[in-house]
Amino acid sequence: MKRVYVDEKWCLGCHLCEYYCAFATTGEKDMARALQGKTIHPRIHIEDAPNDVTFAVSCRHCVEPLCVKGCISGALSKTDGVVSVDKTKCIGCYTCVLSCPYGCIVPTEDGVIDKCELCVATTEGTPRCVAGCPNQAIVFEER
Amino acid sequence: MSNYKYVIIGNSAAAVGCVEGIRRIDETGSILIISDEQHHTYGRPLISYLLLGKTDLQRMKYRPDDWYTVNNVDTKLGVRATAIDAAAHTVTLDGGEVIGYEKLLAATGSNPFVPPMGGLDTVPHKFTFQTLDSAIALGEAITPESRVLIIGAGLIGLKCAEGIIDRVQSITFIDMADRVLPSILDAEASAIIKTRCEEVGIRFHLGDSVKEFIGRHAVTNQGLELDFDIAVLAVGVRPNIALVKDAGGDCGRAITVDERSATSLPDVYAAGDCTETRNAVTGDTMVMAILPNAYLQGETAGINMAGVPYTFTKAIPCNAIGFFGKHILSGGAYVGETHFENDGNSYRKLFYSDDHLNGFILIGDKHPPEGETPAFDRAGIYTNMIRERTSLATVDFDAIARHPGLAAFAPSVRAEYLGGER
Repeated sequence: MKRVYVDEKWCLGCHLCEYYCAFATTGEKDMARALQGKTIHPRIHIEDAPNDVTFAVSCRHCVEPLCVKGCISGALSKTDGVVSVDKTKCIGCYTCVLSCPYGCIVPTEDGVIDKCELCVATTEGTPRCVAGCPNQAIVFEER
Repeated sequence: MSNYKYVIIGNSAAAVGCVEGIRRIDETGSILIISDEQHHTYGRPLISYLLLGKTDLQRMKYRPDDWYTVNNVDTKLGVRATAIDAAAHTVTLDGGEVIGYEKLLAATGSNPFVPPMGGLDTVPHKFTFQTLDSAIALGEAITPESRVLIIGAGLIGLKCAEGIIDRVQSITFIDMADRVLPSILDAEASAIIKTRCEEVGIRFHLGDSVKEFIGRHAVTNQGLELDFDIAVLAVGVRPNIALVKDAGGDCGRAITVDERSATSLPDVYAAGDCTETRNAVTGDTMVMAILPNAYLQGETAGINMAGVPYTFTKAIPCNAIGFFGKHILSGGAYVGETHFENDGNSYRKLFYSDDHLNGFILIGDKHPPEGETPAFDRAGIYTNMIRERTSLATVDFDAIARHPGLAAFAPSVRAEYLGGER
């Protein structure tokens, strides 16, 4: 199945993917208006490594997802290759934060969790972080 | 006599993991789940959130309503299994019905352990806090005037307190131990949680125990006397091993299983809180009564029961739990040298030795101030380092100790983690 991958060689560390991610679930048409003056809570994160290397990290949608297997409420599940969360069932224990080897589950202001769902509910086809990356460092492909 | 290819005793995380493991391999083999609880499978740790009002009976279901149908699972709920005959491959139920199996899973969990206490039978309103029924019963008994005495300041007792605090007059703890949550926290971290609980009005009498109950009155061994309306007994739990033990299966404190979740009996597997497992950090065999391990052990059992060799070897204790806005993520074993940061709001302690991370305790505000990172942010990266016994020589430990990130790993490791199917 297709996943989001980042090539460290091409990532500029511009953080635009974080903004596109935060924008993706606002339902707004204009990114500046949707996000201006707000603290964003993206589900993809830029990390800074030594030697000026930067890269984006988001959910791997693992074949053996430890977050799903460890979820105490049944809020996390995997359907058609996409690991997603039912926020109405999540009670915010953060067992998934404790389980994810890649650090890709994020707490929300509401005290539940959020994660990358590959924009399945918000756009057709390409996740927003991929579509918005100015250097094509983030790709959506089968490997 | 009815016969099933797979029979599972239990209906919680390990049982669900087993069914999902079986169905990865065998889409049609008949499955029966037997449980003495009447309910659709529910998230057992959610019972305190039910009393708190953060979930309800529908939302706390561990799997969707149609899960049994979709997975083609028959159920006998509200019925207790009373005996296993491993030679005959049968399970006997309360009432005498006998059911044949080809492969059996014992996912029998644990039961509250109530130590002998003088006069306990004179206490009019006493409860345990382990099952949905016990939580519902407690919820119906409490009133805004209730003075609640909880015996045992561990995970179950404290979570119970959080669930009911806004619905009762007062909560008082008595525990033999000299600190709260000794099973998952070191002394300093315990003090943080105890202080937070005291801030919301909970009283503690630690290093003490009840000498005698006289109705709604308790006298402790330290000479304390107190009146209460409702007692909650949360001293601890005991693994339910009798079915397997009586059938001749090897048991220590709990049911002995190997890395395939197999017991010493032919075609009998066991998973979850009724078993003891090898701690991947220390090598010790221990009861690791946590839901993620129950699921993983159950899934492992299911795959093996369906005929495919599969092992689960990376079990470590770990807990994610909060009390009154303080949130704890912890894992592994608290042995070795420590890396410690504590600024009053964020408590981060890592334990390491011999080139490996052994354990961690991270405590912080569940809702940190705007712009601040929670103390437990991305803690799974530590969990993974412990499970995989990652060599600290291959990571920038100073960087990762301050904040977990994949940037601290070598580019080749990162390419493996992020570059393909995982």
